Amino acid sequence: MRTFKDNLLRGLLWFSAFVTVGILLLIVGYIFYKGFRLINFEFIFGDYSPTGGGGIWPMVVTTVYTIAISLVIATPIGILAAVYLQEYAKQGRLVKTIRFATESLTGIPSIIYGLFGAVFFVTTLKLGMSIISASLTLTIIVLPVVIRTTEEALKTVPGAYREGSLALGTTKLQTLIKVILPSSMPGILSGIILSMGRIIGESAAIFLTAGTVAAMPSSIFSSARTLTVHAFLVTQEAGDIELAAAIGIVLIVLILVLNFSATFISKKLNKADY
Amino acid sequence: MKFIRNAAKGLFVISLTVIMSACGNNADGDTKSSKEGLPTIAISGSTSVGPLAEKLAFKYEESNNVKIEINQIGSSAGITNAINGVSEIGMSSRDLKQEEIDKGLKETIIAYDGIVVVTHPTNKVKNLTLEQVKKIFTGKVTNWKELGGDDLEIVVVSREDGSGSRDAFQEIVDYSSGELVRSAIIASGNGNIKTTVAMNKHAVGFISFEYIDESISTIDIDGVQATAENVLQQQYKLARPFLFVHMDKGLTDAGQKFIDFILSPDGQVIVSETGAIPVNES
Amino acid sequence: MTSPPIEKHNIGNGKSNKRKYMLESLSSKLFLLCALLSVLSLLLIVGFVFYRGSHPFIAEGYSFFEFIFGVDWVPGEDKFGIFPMIVASIYATIGSLIIGVPIGLFTAIFLSEIAPKRVAKIISPAVQLLAGIPSVLYGVFGLAIIVPFLQNYLGLAKGQSLLAVIVVLAVMMLPTIVTVAETSIRAVPKTYREGSLALGASEIGTIFKVVVPAAKSGITAAIVLGLGRAIGETMAVILIAGNSLIVPTSLTDSIRPLTTNIALEMGYAAGVHQEMLFATGIVLFSFIMILNFVLAKISARGAN
Repeated sequence: MRTFKDNLLRGLLWFSAFVTVGILLLIVGYIFYKGFRLINFEFIFGDYSPTGGGGIWPMVVTTVYTIAISLVIATPIGILAAVYLQEYAKQGRLVKTIRFATESLTGIPSIIYGLFGAVFFVTTLKLGMSIISASLTLTIIVLPVVIRTTEEALKTVPGAYREGSLALGTTKLQTLIKVILPSSMPGILSGIILSMGRIIGESAAIFLTAGTVAAMPSSIFSSARTLTVHAFLVTQEAGDIELAAAIGIVLIVLILVLNFSATFISKKLNKADY
Repeated sequence: MKFIRNAAKGLFVISLTVIMSACGNNADGDTKSSKEGLPTIAISGSTSVGPLAEKLAFKYEESNNVKIEINQIGSSAGITNAINGVSEIGMSSRDLKQEEIDKGLKETIIAYDGIVVVTHPTNKVKNLTLEQVKKIFTGKVTNWKELGGDDLEIVVVSREDGSGSRDAFQEIVDYSSGELVRSAIIASGNGNIKTTVAMNKHAVGFISFEYIDESISTIDIDGVQATAENVLQQQYKLARPFLFVHMDKGLTDAGQKFIDFILSPDGQVIVSETGAIPVNES
Repeated sequence: MTSPPIEKHNIGNGKSNKRKYMLESLSSKLFLLCALLSVLSLLLIVGFVFYRGSHPFIAEGYSFFEFIFGVDWVPGEDKFGIFPMIVASIYATIGSLIIGVPIGLFTAIFLSEIAPKRVAKIISPAVQLLAGIPSVLYGVFGLAIIVPFLQNYLGLAKGQSLLAVIVVLAVMMLPTIVTVAETSIRAVPKTYREGSLALGASEIGTIFKVVVPAAKSGITAAIVLGLGRAIGETMAVILIAGNSLIVPTSLTDSIRPLTTNIALEMGYAAGVHQEMLFATGIVLFSFIMILNFVLAKISARGAN
């Protein structure tokens, strides 16, 4: 009886793993199968055409803008916030509050961010449906990611570094800039890369704040659509699964590259035992 | 270890440069456009008017130094945007409500359009009365069999609440949003209705004339075919205007010129090419 | 990094130290400010959503009870009841958990306990990677494969249904559940397993009676995270839910969860209608906050 139950459970374990891997392979395989015919130089670098057959370059540019602006704002703020939490703050109510806020921000679904962005940045600050509104919304979304990964990276810097540096008569700030931040750089970098992934994958928040204009943005105050939003809209509006899958391939490859670089960097960090 | 640190530093610097240069480009683009004085006309609203507006804009931008930004988000959203100043011009595929006119909105009819009831190409039902259409959309008739078709459950597909097509359709067919059958699939946008109907042999929906193609089958209303001709002769009942709306003093010179272009013979040719009905003929 | 030249100019000067201290205290204030920005953001978001969302009930006399339990959502006729959406969200979430949790958990156990090392080394990172794929693509897949499948092979009148949503959400939460649960199962000390095996328990018995219970808090966290992803998902769901405004009574009904209601109507809503979407946001927010609270409680218990 016991062996029967054991075998049944063992079978179920194998079966589940098979199902998981099977489904995920099916999805990725399907997207590649459906979309690969469209992928070529002209598709990625060509201008969008409302009559069909055009490229996705405006969406690529919009995605890059969005990533760049969000990170330019979120990275320094996030790093400095993490420095405060790890190096300066005394444990107490204030730190607890900040930690609670950061964790809560992680849990908020992106549609709520979109709701907020649509009213705060778009309407109240009168930035309109634009790349800048979306980027500012995304800044808040990735801020917790940057803070958390930077904190983790700072934790790995051994106390001896700090003490050694301080013993040489440097100030706390000098120690921070010259010793602590450089040695935690790989961790911080992988955090930034993770944030890029998050921004690339985001749709609901951008949909409500950047609008849906399918054209090359003339400035960061233009309304535009990112790759992910484009994939959504071509599916919804035109039912063009092939095009959506082709965009999906571009997105998946991007995510792959980002993930590999993040793993690569954090592996280097682990090997370099401080 | 030092190598790694340097490498990391290098990477960081590179990524920062990339980011900065992206921003730099950006700023360049900004100043360039303002230097050349390239004005932008922000337009948003109806997904029925949208494709027409995109084609008009495409043609107009070729010969004029102006950038036209079109957001297809539904009529009510476009009207709201025009009132709030988020967009200079709103596109609407329904008449303005009194409260919207009271807020100072002005309208220009740029074209007329028909709404057509569509089904899956395999559907045998090709003609319906307005009364039957009403019964379908209010859930009084639930099987195609009752209308002379196959024994299939009817799946109603409607536009979302803020859609101008939906408002116009409901007004002409004469049922309210509250009466719409609850199980109706709600699709946002003409294209979405078309693909949903094209994928489902049970489905029935309504779209703008411009979206008609062979993926769906069109239904005659009271024996009258859905053509521009029949709309012009006021035979086909499911017709409505396409409007450009703007606040009384909210229109820039560039915006006014664009509207003038649309109403000009050149513009109206594009209107009829798209499948909508030119203004001057009616 | 600009400090060395400053020092050079002020060697042996009292001013140097003074400046250093000023810089020091200034910088620590700047750091604090940055840290407080996340608090400020949270306050701003919560404040805005709650302020806008509670306005109709406080200032305009709408009944909150009717909002939660009303079954009619007809903005044009001033009827705002989100009961169908609450039920839809709950059904979709529970349904996806029923499918996603056992499969995800069993996969995690398989990868950490049973799979040959080489297999696990390939599959684990691959699954982890899939957690990062934009959720819209899962929706595209659902619309292209699952919806037609339900229509053509199961004979449903419409494939856009609760069932389609459940399947897609279950698939979407798999990577999250597998990754988090696997990590926590791997973290169970070897001695647990050895002790159990030494006492004569079978391998499978050890896994289910010793290892899994020991990783309980991590596994719960995995489930809660998966749950959060399911409740919060929006754009993928819009494509496959059908967005009908009925209280679902069967798996084949098309549904409109809370999230899609916001995304569908936010574009054109104005006035009270828009405020009601914020109120929908509050309800969604409350769900998530309760989840986070549970998660915090569980991980606190795990730490003890």
